[in-house]
Amino acid sequence: MSVVYFVVQQMMLFSIPLLIVALGAMYSERSGIINIAMEGIMLMGAFAGTLFLKFTDGTMSGQLQLILAILISAVVGIVFSLLHAYASINMKADQTISGTALNMFAPAFAIFTARIVQPEHVQQVQFTNTFRIARVPILGDIPVIGDMLFKNAYITTYIGFVILAVATYALYKTRFGLRLRACGEHPQAADSVGVNVYRMQYAGVIISGALGGIGGLVFVVPTSTNFNATVAGYGFLAIAVLIFGQWKPIRILFASFFFGLMKTIAASYSGIPILVDLGIPSYFYKMTPYIATLIVLVFTSKNSQAPKAEGIPYDKGAR
Amino acid sequence: MSAEKVKDKKSGNGSVGVISSIFAIIVGLIVGFIILLISCPNEAVGGFVTILTGALTHGTKGLGDVLYQATPIILTGLSVAFAFKTGLFNIGASGQVIVGAFASVTVGIMCKSLGGVHWLVALLASAVAGALWAIIPGLFKAVFNVSEVISCIMMNYIGMYFVNYMVKKTPAIFDNMRNQSKPVASTANLPKAGLDKIFAGSSANVGIIIAIIVVIIIYIILTKTTFGFELKAVGLNRDASRYAGINEKKSIILSMMIAGALSGLAGGMIYLSGTGKYIEVVDVLCDEGFTGISVALLGLSNPIGVLFAGLFIAYITTGGFYLQLYSFSTEIIDIIIAVIIYFSAFSLFVKNVIAKIKVKKELKAESKEGGNK
Repeated sequence: MSVVYFVVQQMMLFSIPLLIVALGAMYSERSGIINIAMEGIMLMGAFAGTLFLKFTDGTMSGQLQLILAILISAVVGIVFSLLHAYASINMKADQTISGTALNMFAPAFAIFTARIVQPEHVQQVQFTNTFRIARVPILGDIPVIGDMLFKNAYITTYIGFVILAVATYALYKTRFGLRLRACGEHPQAADSVGVNVYRMQYAGVIISGALGGIGGLVFVVPTSTNFNATVAGYGFLAIAVLIFGQWKPIRILFASFFFGLMKTIAASYSGIPILVDLGIPSYFYKMTPYIATLIVLVFTSKNSQAPKAEGIPYDKGAR
Repeated sequence: MSAEKVKDKKSGNGSVGVISSIFAIIVGLIVGFIILLISCPNEAVGGFVTILTGALTHGTKGLGDVLYQATPIILTGLSVAFAFKTGLFNIGASGQVIVGAFASVTVGIMCKSLGGVHWLVALLASAVAGALWAIIPGLFKAVFNVSEVISCIMMNYIGMYFVNYMVKKTPAIFDNMRNQSKPVASTANLPKAGLDKIFAGSSANVGIIIAIIVVIIIYIILTKTTFGFELKAVGLNRDASRYAGINEKKSIILSMMIAGALSGLAGGMIYLSGTGKYIEVVDVLCDEGFTGISVALLGLSNPIGVLFAGLFIAYITTGGFYLQLYSFSTEIIDIIIAVIIYFSAFSLFVKNVIAKIKVKKELKAESKEGGNK
């Protein structure tokens, strides 16, 4: 049993950032804007968050510090995503090009800035990890579930589930969600009934920026004690999760669990006795998440339920 | 001459494109300068001048190094541009490069009996490997409608781990002490083709000449052949092309394969230069593939534009090497390139605006002429 608990605990660390980032990308795409800049946004969020953790080390209690860092990551993610929003909404630029530019900008900017603002002039941002919760009071005593979700956990896991609940509710049960979805499917129709398409698309991209920034920090904090200007392709994996999840929140949850499991196997197969006994070279486990993505996409892409108008700049004049 | 061509010439699309690229470059350089100013005001001017002229300060060596740096990124740029022209976004150049590199290094080390054509065979092997690697995203796109962007990204990571694994498990290739591939046989190194005499002390070799020839070939394929026309047609409208009798699935797979071959060739060029570059067994995606995206975008996906864009990016990258004299890290070059790409996305908009203004002027002129008659 302890192996199962270990795998689930590890899986959460990989799945939750994917979930948060994929939900962010979902909001952007359902408003009609393709956002492949998630990788760059995650990176900027993680960079700002870890810098904050480093500079405020020891000045406040661990969980409060982490929550503040998450807020800062969200704000930086939003600011960065505005560049994408401006290019794709106001300038009607090719959204893939603009996203690619942001992805290229982020690591270079993080390394350049880290070397300048840190007293040691190095590109890695070191921080102390004081955020692991060994056991949540009361909830940790629940059999099975307590062992899986409320031991060796991070507060970020619960934040992830809160975000999922809010995102699902907002998308399907509020006026805002309905309008946002309309803009992604048929912006002309949405406009004709008085929805401000540009404003909705800005909202979509801003939400993706906030969640992307949070996701970046949530990815880095539990898995490492230093940030080295990379989020290891997680932004792209999140977009694969989004496609696998067919742009729907609950499916995205399961998709991110699937990828989290694959990632867990790749990262910690040496702690899983059954897999060690197989004697397969470690590189095959490292490839597993990416090969699994490809296979899954083969089965899900044929009947793609992508928002109809995504990637097409909305032009008020064209009817 | 078709009616469309006449229209193209009238609105001067080519020159507008160049103007908008230059606009993007200028904005990128200005942003770079501002970042330098903010981070260290005393050294900003010196650092900026180094970026712009660093490649010129070391005589012919600097220029030769620009050509050497430009070779692989012209090819990856061409790869991305070719795919763009055919409606595909080849973000998988990175994986194709490393797989191509592995093939060329393997041939370079193992097949010692080839003699004078050794390097040529090794280069061909790299192109073939790149093409084979790109079949998968092409096939998945054509048959299963899988977004080539995601599958290419996955293939990048799979390629990286695959090559690391293969290098590590092959004793003939793996240098255990340095955790990297062994040097290739001297016959597999690209010949200098007299460029070492023109650009003394630099790493320039026959690669740049091959790259230019490949640029011309791709230009001819895209603009002068039925095959190229079909590929472009599929890129513009898959359904219409199928209706017109083009085998659109075959076109997609073939254009991914050609793009992959170009990137693979770039991988061969990098590791057969004899400049002390070996395949390191580390979990890092290779840069040249992503630089290729910048080169293609800046070159407006036009083969000739790609050639100049590659030379430009190699030029400021070479200038960036000399930045180490100052307290700036070389990442400023990547920042400048990213800003240039960002604004080159704007330039599509700028281009449209200029074209619209021109059309309006023409319409006015025509209506005036009509009025006078």
